[in-house]
Amino acid sequence: MAAEVVIDITKTYPGRPPIHAAIRYALDQATSLVLFGPSGSGKTTVLRSMAGLEWPERGTIRFISRTWLNTEARVRVPPQQRRIGYMPQDYALFPHYSVAGNIGYGLGELSPVERTTRVEEMVELFQLQGLETARPRELSGGQQQRVALARAVAPRPQLLLLDEPLSALDAPTRVQVRGELRRLLTQLALPSIIVTHDWTEALTFGDVIAVMGKGNVLQVGSPKDVFSRPKNADVALIVGVETVVEGSVIEQGEGLATVRVNGTTLKGLGADPVGASVLVCIRAEDVVLEQAGSGMTSARNHLVGSVTGMMPQGVMVQVMIDCGFPLAALVTRGAMEDLSLRVGSQVTAAMKAGAVHLIGR
Amino acid sequence: MNWLAIGVTVKLASLTSLALVAIGLPIAYWVTFSTWRWKFLVESIVALPLVLPPTVLGFYILVAIGPHSPLGRVYTDLAGHPLPFTFEGLLLASILYSLPFAVQPFAAAFEQVDRRLIEASWTLGRSKVQTFVRLIVPLSTAGLITGVVLSFAHTLGEFGVVLMVGGNIAGETRTVSIDIYDEVQALNYAGAAKTALFLLVISYLVLLAVYAMNRKVWSAWPRK
Repeated sequence: MAAEVVIDITKTYPGRPPIHAAIRYALDQATSLVLFGPSGSGKTTVLRSMAGLEWPERGTIRFISRTWLNTEARVRVPPQQRRIGYMPQDYALFPHYSVAGNIGYGLGELSPVERTTRVEEMVELFQLQGLETARPRELSGGQQQRVALARAVAPRPQLLLLDEPLSALDAPTRVQVRGELRRLLTQLALPSIIVTHDWTEALTFGDVIAVMGKGNVLQVGSPKDVFSRPKNADVALIVGVETVVEGSVIEQGEGLATVRVNGTTLKGLGADPVGASVLVCIRAEDVVLEQAGSGMTSARNHLVGSVTGMMPQGVMVQVMIDCGFPLAALVTRGAMEDLSLRVGSQVTAAMKAGAVHLIGR
Repeated sequence: MNWLAIGVTVKLASLTSLALVAIGLPIAYWVTFSTWRWKFLVESIVALPLVLPPTVLGFYILVAIGPHSPLGRVYTDLAGHPLPFTFEGLLLASILYSLPFAVQPFAAAFEQVDRRLIEASWTLGRSKVQTFVRLIVPLSTAGLITGVVLSFAHTLGEFGVVLMVGGNIAGETRTVSIDIYDEVQALNYAGAAKTALFLLVISYLVLLAVYAMNRKVWSAWPRK
């Protein structure tokens, strides 16, 4: 039997619509599931149910061969026996323990010597040298985040659960830590479940993305699938990024990178080095359509392609263009008529470099 | 001043506080973290000594531990003498009488401990007991000290319960407050005044310590 994770739970809070989550995905050594959706969509409840901190009134949770929850068979494995690493949104560091004390807190089963060695390993891995005796309140946000992660990872859990791992950080730190965290997760080779409401984080971390809205799992799939082929209008609205394609960096100049996507070159924002493979993300509303061969604008990217489809979305129309890769643009009905767009017509799609987000993986 | 009575009182108050740490901590933990819907029934019983006249409480304890009750018979068989009008009987009554003074500050302090810290401890493999010892108790020190000190001070000044359950046996159950009453009955106002002042000063100092600690005017406890 292939290793897999099965989540099928119902949890009701008084006065709110019930949360139903049914997610099943195959697990290899370090598969990362991202629970993605707006606040109040139930993602944290699913994560806390995985941790054993929330008890759904009905359902099943299976992790590989172990059943953690089966309400019918009255199986309820407590958090202590699940061997998980859990990092809540605000880290929940123990204020009366030092950094080393926090990291060593979950190592009760090791001998004192092994414990010291493990804490030292973690301090090195998470670059906390010199802070071993500091109290959590003396640390910066980024350091606190690393201590919380080190504490969760130290007991060698079989699954890592991260609730909005970057939301407590300020914006500049967040971008830097995002990359570090991705590298660490790869290095640790540890399966994880990550909750986020930020699409850049979802695309950075997710091998599998489960989109949640209003208490339901709306779509489960690979990042590209979920973002480029949302199952319905609700998912499209939540993800908000219509074009997600793979590319590789061919030129790098201080954060402005040139990427090649299936023969087409684009300029976009991203600090990834030359040769790195990236996800190229473009929101349909950031794409401007012009008559093919018309005058230049200040936009860095002008892609010529042919229209492959048009889908009305309220007063707007989503136009799909094949310019080496499928690109979605959102235009008004008026603009569509001005450009006399129909399936097969040639068009130039323009977008600023700032609208082309590159996400390293 | 009657040093014998002071000795009995201090011994009684110390043992009561000590016993209340042992009994009060689990009760306070249960009161704070239980999700049982009828929890308030237990909470009201624990708080009963706050409002019940000490003579009423003393009367029921006296009946409950008297030689005609099942409890009293067991004790008499084991110890060879009945429980009322002994120091042990008085201690038992004091523990019940001061229970809310320990349990309520303990529970209030536990309530203040961030639930997320407790959950983090569970996910790190620590059992509920380990979490209590390593996390909840150290983060509740101010409340624990308040509970110990308040139950100590409350036992120092108890009168009605002592009279009902302990009687007035010098060196055994005659506490400071009984001694003051005796002095006044004997029209020895000077003796009563001295002992009363002693009790007033001690009680005031104890409360001073509790309030100062909760305002964190001393830097022994780090500020949040």
